[in-house]
Amino acid sequence: MSFLADVLAWFADPVNWSGSGGIPNRVFEHVQLSTFAMMIAALLGIIPAVILGHARRGGVLAVAAVNIARAVPSFAIIALALPVSIALGLGLGFWPTLLALVALAIPPMFTNAYTAVRDVDPGVVEAARGMGMTPAGILAKVEVPMALPIILAAVRVSAVQVVATATLGAIVAWGGLGRYVIDGFATRNNVEVFAGGLLVALLAVATEVGFGVLERLVEPRGLRMLRGQEQVVRPAPT
Amino acid sequence: MGSRPPYPRSFAPAVLSPLQSLRSLGGTGRLARVSDVMISLRHVSKTFPGGTAPAVGDLSLDVPRGEIVVLVGPSGCGKTTTLKMINRLIEPTSGEIYVDGELATSVEAHLLRRKIGYVIQQIGLFPHRTIAENIATVPTLVGWDEQRIAERVTELIELVGLEPEMADRYPAELSGGQQQRVGVARALAADPPVLLMDEPFGAVDPIVRSKLQEELLALQDRLRKTIVFVTHDIDEAIRLGNRVAILNVGGVLEQYASPAEILAEPANDFVAEFLGSDRGLKRLSLIPISTVDLDPGPVVAPGGTVEEARRVMERYGTDWFAVVDGDRMLGWLTEDDLRGAATVPRSGRRFRAWLTRSSSLREALDAIVSGRTTMAAVFDGDRYLGMIDVDTISREIVR
Ligand SMILES: Nc1ncnc2c1ncn2[C@@H]1O[C@H](COP(=O)(O)OP(=O)(O)O)[C@@H](O)[C@H]1O
Ligand SMILES: [Mg+2]
Repeated sequence: MSFLADVLAWFADPVNWSGSGGIPNRVFEHVQLSTFAMMIAALLGIIPAVILGHARRGGVLAVAAVNIARAVPSFAIIALALPVSIALGLGLGFWPTLLALVALAIPPMFTNAYTAVRDVDPGVVEAARGMGMTPAGILAKVEVPMALPIILAAVRVSAVQVVATATLGAIVAWGGLGRYVIDGFATRNNVEVFAGGLLVALLAVATEVGFGVLERLVEPRGLRMLRGQEQVVRPAPT
Repeated sequence: MGSRPPYPRSFAPAVLSPLQSLRSLGGTGRLARVSDVMISLRHVSKTFPGGTAPAVGDLSLDVPRGEIVVLVGPSGCGKTTTLKMINRLIEPTSGEIYVDGELATSVEAHLLRRKIGYVIQQIGLFPHRTIAENIATVPTLVGWDEQRIAERVTELIELVGLEPEMADRYPAELSGGQQQRVGVARALAADPPVLLMDEPFGAVDPIVRSKLQEELLALQDRLRKTIVFVTHDIDEAIRLGNRVAILNVGGVLEQYASPAEILAEPANDFVAEFLGSDRGLKRLSLIPISTVDLDPGPVVAPGGTVEEARRVMERYGTDWFAVVDGDRMLGWLTEDDLRGAATVPRSGRRFRAWLTRSSSLREALDAIVSGRTTMAAVFDGDRYLGMIDVDTISREIVR
């Protein structure tokens, strides 16, 4: 009882709402880094995947990507990113965290975008070719729109994972909501640890819901009528 | 809905030498019309990478302008490969293909394809686009303006027998038969002179298939496209084709002729076997009653004597006779109907089947068999022409 009261008190404390260590700034840092990471990962993961899926080549890569993503825990990715970042002269904090998050987000987006495009109904693709659509036209107007629901679902899954994992950035001296958890831990302030965890959880849920709404908005109507179950391959929880 | 007369329409000779085509133009020397051949395959072969035997080997075939040519043969004999070489979805290993006098390889493949309608069994409608957007695919590709496209879409939806309100629906909302109608409309959208159809009605149930076949023939009566149609169903081939190309494994052309010719004279054992043991019956569906002689039949004028009616029935070996006044058929009567009567009345029972000169011998046979008799009456409008008897029909079967 008193613990919950302490948590409420923590949230009520104006000190925790202002300055560089305040909730608004920590949320901003967290969201900013996650957004950068997702944008880079989406470019690096989805574009090659869509092209390879169109050519129906590179299936081995897709399988390898998802397997690696399943095998390597997020914590290890951060640990691996740190020396790389230092070696590149990028130092601690922002860059190793970004590197790790990008590496984390690429595989599920790559694999799902690849299989989604590759598995577009071959009859539809053949009809498109037979009518004289160019390969680029088929990719842009047929394959990508038809794969879009799965691609967006994969983006959502990755985004939630990135938001959750960005917490670990605090270990390598970056800000974000992980600060509360790490600093609270170091000072044995369980209330702060709990509050930090709660904020991360809320942000992750908001991400999930937000992307879910976006998917509903952009999914072509004709596809929604077709859709069965969601076919996204989720990486194992880490 | 103009259903097609059962007898094959006339067709141009398949291979026209330049000299012949000049002659067919009355020797005026006018060369504007290159030939009556729309698609010409010259020694075309296709061996797939890794394949040992060619999927299609040295196939030469001419498709006359404005006709339906059906490629038929067992599964895996190379029908689809042949069809896809015409629109270059598959490139031949050797040989040439001419479309409307032009070498198919003389234009870029995607530009060639925009002038060739393509309908496949999987239909392949774009699920994320409305029916109207699907139909508009090629017109959009070739840059028609919006209004022209909209008018064309409306026209085509009507042409293939769909409801106008379907324009804004999505493919997932349509039945299989409706989807294939959209597939046909989409292929026809930019009014291509050539249509390639690969087992287009293979995935629908027999009743819908029969309806779609009928609609295709009605459409063809109006549009006069050059259609290459692939099927493995010989009955479909006979029903639809002006000419039928029977292919054997490896794309070997075993016979290329009109359905009537093929049924009458199969070129070899392979063709005969492919046609099936009932090919005589199949042939009947292609022969109209007008090609055989009719018999006056067991007829008696109203007012004729009972004695006369009995004599007529005896002569024809029937247990019924028809009451005919001049060329007006009043119906049929049996011996029992005459009991107690002095003369033949001015009435009779209606014939169940109303055969005309364009009805097929197959229909005549059906009428005779289902009437459990040996003859059926034939009419021209209301005018009674005579009877066709089962012997005449069986002579056509064995011929
Ligand atoms: N893309 C391909 N690669 C290798 N072999 C093929 C390919 N397409 C067809 N074949 C082979 O070529 C032959 C003819 O196939 P196809 O033209 O599809 O036959 P059909 O349409 O008459 O059933 C078959 O033996 C088939 O296995
Ligand atoms: Mg086939």
